[in-house]
Amino acid sequence: MTDFPVLSLLIFLPLIAVLFLPLLPDNNSVRGFTLVILFFNFLVATWLLVVFDNNTAQMQFKENLPWVPSLGIAYKLGIDGVSVLFIFLTSLLGWICVVASWNAIHERVKEFMSCLMVMQSLMLGVFCALDLFLFYVFWETMLVPMYLIIGIWGGSNRIYAAYKFFLYTLAGSLLFLVGILVLYFAGGQTFDILKLMDGQYDFNLQAWVFIAFLIAFAVKVPMFPLHTWLPDAHVQAPTAGSIILAGVLLKMGAYGFIRFSLPMLPDASQYFAPLMQSLSAIAIIYGGFLALAQTDIKKLIAYSSISHMGFVTLGLFTFTINGTSGAVIQMFNHGITTGALFLFVGLVYERTHSRNITAYGGLIKVIPLYGILFASFLLSAMAVPGTNSFIGEILVLSGAYGVNNWAASAGVFGALLGAAYILGLYRQMLLGPVVVPVGAKMRDLNIRELCCALPLLLFVFWLGLYPKPFLSILYPTLEHLLMQTQGQTLVQSIGGNL
Amino acid sequence: MNTPPIEQPGMESSSVDLAVVTQSILASGPEIIIIIGACVALMLSLLPPLRQERLLAGLTVLMIVLAASMSFFLADYPQTAYAGMFIVDGFSTFFKMILYLGTLLTVLMSGKYLIKEGVQMGEYYVLLLFALVGTMIMVSSGDLLLVYIGLELQALSIYVLTGFLKANTRSNEASLKYIILGAFSSGIFLYGLSLFYGLTGTTNLNEMTIALSAQDLSDSMVILATLFMLVGLLFKVGAVPFHTWVPDIYEGAPSPITAYMSVAPKAAAFAVIVRIFMHDLLVLEPIWILNLAAIAVLTMTVGSFVALVQKNIKRMLAYSSIAHAGFVMLGIVAGGKEGMASIMLYLLIYTFMTIGIFAIVILLNKGAVFEEPIEDFAGLAKNHAGLALMSLIFLLSLAGIPPTGGFFAKFYILTALVEQGYVVLTVIAVLLTAVAAWFYLRIIMLMYVQQPQNQPKIHVNLSMRMVLLIATLGTLLSGLLPAWFLGFAEISLQLVNG
Repeated sequence: MTDFPVLSLLIFLPLIAVLFLPLLPDNNSVRGFTLVILFFNFLVATWLLVVFDNNTAQMQFKENLPWVPSLGIAYKLGIDGVSVLFIFLTSLLGWICVVASWNAIHERVKEFMSCLMVMQSLMLGVFCALDLFLFYVFWETMLVPMYLIIGIWGGSNRIYAAYKFFLYTLAGSLLFLVGILVLYFAGGQTFDILKLMDGQYDFNLQAWVFIAFLIAFAVKVPMFPLHTWLPDAHVQAPTAGSIILAGVLLKMGAYGFIRFSLPMLPDASQYFAPLMQSLSAIAIIYGGFLALAQTDIKKLIAYSSISHMGFVTLGLFTFTINGTSGAVIQMFNHGITTGALFLFVGLVYERTHSRNITAYGGLIKVIPLYGILFASFLLSAMAVPGTNSFIGEILVLSGAYGVNNWAASAGVFGALLGAAYILGLYRQMLLGPVVVPVGAKMRDLNIRELCCALPLLLFVFWLGLYPKPFLSILYPTLEHLLMQTQGQTLVQSIGGNL
Repeated sequence: MNTPPIEQPGMESSSVDLAVVTQSILASGPEIIIIIGACVALMLSLLPPLRQERLLAGLTVLMIVLAASMSFFLADYPQTAYAGMFIVDGFSTFFKMILYLGTLLTVLMSGKYLIKEGVQMGEYYVLLLFALVGTMIMVSSGDLLLVYIGLELQALSIYVLTGFLKANTRSNEASLKYIILGAFSSGIFLYGLSLFYGLTGTTNLNEMTIALSAQDLSDSMVILATLFMLVGLLFKVGAVPFHTWVPDIYEGAPSPITAYMSVAPKAAAFAVIVRIFMHDLLVLEPIWILNLAAIAVLTMTVGSFVALVQKNIKRMLAYSSIAHAGFVMLGIVAGGKEGMASIMLYLLIYTFMTIGIFAIVILLNKGAVFEEPIEDFAGLAKNHAGLALMSLIFLLSLAGIPPTGGFFAKFYILTALVEQGYVVLTVIAVLLTAVAAWFYLRIIMLMYVQQPQNQPKIHVNLSMRMVLLIATLGTLLSGLLPAWFLGFAEISLQLVNG
């Protein structure tokens, strides 16, 4: 393909654009400028998705520059079928966040938009990095703008939530760093992800590194029992923060499993698979029950996220093509659907300043457009056939049956729970007699708000009705991944028999 | 067995060789320049105080720059002088650069502070220069007696500087405490030295190495001598349990001197430890390695946890510097070239970020009588966005978050540790780092979330701007382009006898 460093452009454009923000005169120009930059990023990401070669599992659009040669650290970028999908998701949600916080954020707009753009750069960097050190730098630096977004523009208990988010993730990340260093010396002093994938490591080392990685990724996903930061962070974060958190940050844990744990530590992954499946099953059911008991809309969606992400980790650790592709599709879906749900909660919160479910009723009669769109996303969240989540969950479950029937049954039960809490929310908020918080000015969606919602809605039904283009991007990469995970085990077991 | 050391110089001095003397004088040129500068400053301080301030500061800066250029020039000619007592090599040059940098930035920070506190006396600069010479002699000495002389010269100057705010009881108290405890620790060091002299018949490190190789290391005298000397030096770097002086003295001393103390004498003491224990007397390693590992963990633990509850910013930074000293000690435990390079890099980067944060503390200070509550930082982002951003960078760097230099410094020490197989120690270190992150985050939160509390208008003069610029650039560049700084440390690792 071309030699032009597209990925670097994608990553560094927002970062460079931040430097120009202080020059802009007023808040609206700041918002406009940010929107233009992030929308341009979105166009580039779309172009990447279009020209991406579906027939190979090789990394594409590679870039490679030495960074710290004496330690084997390089600035190395490249994308495969999984990462290209998440780059697209990230840049899609990026500009939607700007539009969504157009009016919601009216204090320190410059700082907020700076945080959004820095965040965008770092998230894209995480998905592009092919060097572990580089990956880690993006991964950990990301904590800072997110911390500021929650801490400065969050709700009443934001400081506690921001600390909790930061320290949880930092502790996990630092263990990840130790794992990286151990792998670095075992793999011949290189941080090159592709080279580390080819290495053969003995089982003990794999197991320890797997545990270190597991803690870091489990915090991000978040998996039971390391999930307790999530409800706080979600509830306190401003709308854009919630969208990024749910849409992209949560994906990074699962992305870590796909990128590192499975291909680099295949034996340990196989060994720990029953544990992972059980934890996923627990997360699905536990998250579902917790969601059922919530009266705060944001908290409900946060707990439902834990449940939905349980499907992702369950699918990944089935080591079947259905399970893994379902997991990745589910990750993408969750970004779209949960992002949209947080957006809609934010929209109604802007009007009423209440997140209490019982404070609402019959909204569909007051603001019909809002009601219909919100209902569609809710249907997607409960995985109704024809929506995106149905594809993801059915693939995961079909992968899980035969591998771990208990976990798969738990998944089915979790989906049922999902229907219960989503329908409960739907009935309470949208149907029944009209109840609106006192003094709230209800108006229906305007053009700006529709612009946020409609692109997301498009993907809900596109993926639900015709998922083939997305799956065909994923298949080569995932088949290669499964070969790495199982092929190396095969070699190992033959070696053991000899 | 050992020839008495008196005879060797005696033999040479009978045939006085002008070339040898000239070589020795040239080799110690930078020290001589600084001493001349100090003497001239002493005389100038007798002039009427009109414009004396700037004259003295200018002279001090000039002398430091002159000495630095001479050191830079000498770095290409590794040599010993004064019959092996004095060493000029890459290692000492690297540390001298840290010392020049630390002193230079301290001088630039001092001017305004001294005017504010009403103590404009020329002796301040004279003492600072003498302290600089003391630390320079420490890093250059190949003889334990010379180490002691440097140690005392430096310490005596700083005792006076600590009590420089004559009218402030906190300053007086700190000075007195420092004198008592400093003299005590010097005594311990001297005792270790005398034991070594008794065992080997020499104070020269090179000869001592040879003599010790014939010694039985399990001899209790050797163990005692090693521990005494190590404890004496650990006292100077503020390792737990020899740290109790640090918080009081850091709090009471004039802020620029606190900054200076946490950088220069500490770096010099570490240089001495590295030269003695990691290089020349490496045979003693089995005696101290476990003790030092335990002390390092203890130091980090106490530093990190006690800092959490501090209310005074200088006390908090004192505990933070204790925690950092613990981290550097891990580099000593790791050992080898990697360990040494990691220590050097850490101390360099530490200089940038520590001076940076102290510069902010000095700017925020309303005067020494008001103490320095952490709340001084409240709302800084609102009135002084630039200062807040710089504080953010320094604090993130101190916490070890990428992409700042502090992260790479920590990363490199951890790499050296993992390479030597100290994985458990690494895990402990990273978990304590996560604890330490908390109190840096607290300040960030104060700056960005809280409302300002009757903050006076802060005027940043030219020299302060320079300090902030250098510190910010150093902190950021060492994180973004670590290869350059690392290369500098690695080239400097050419020790003259090794």
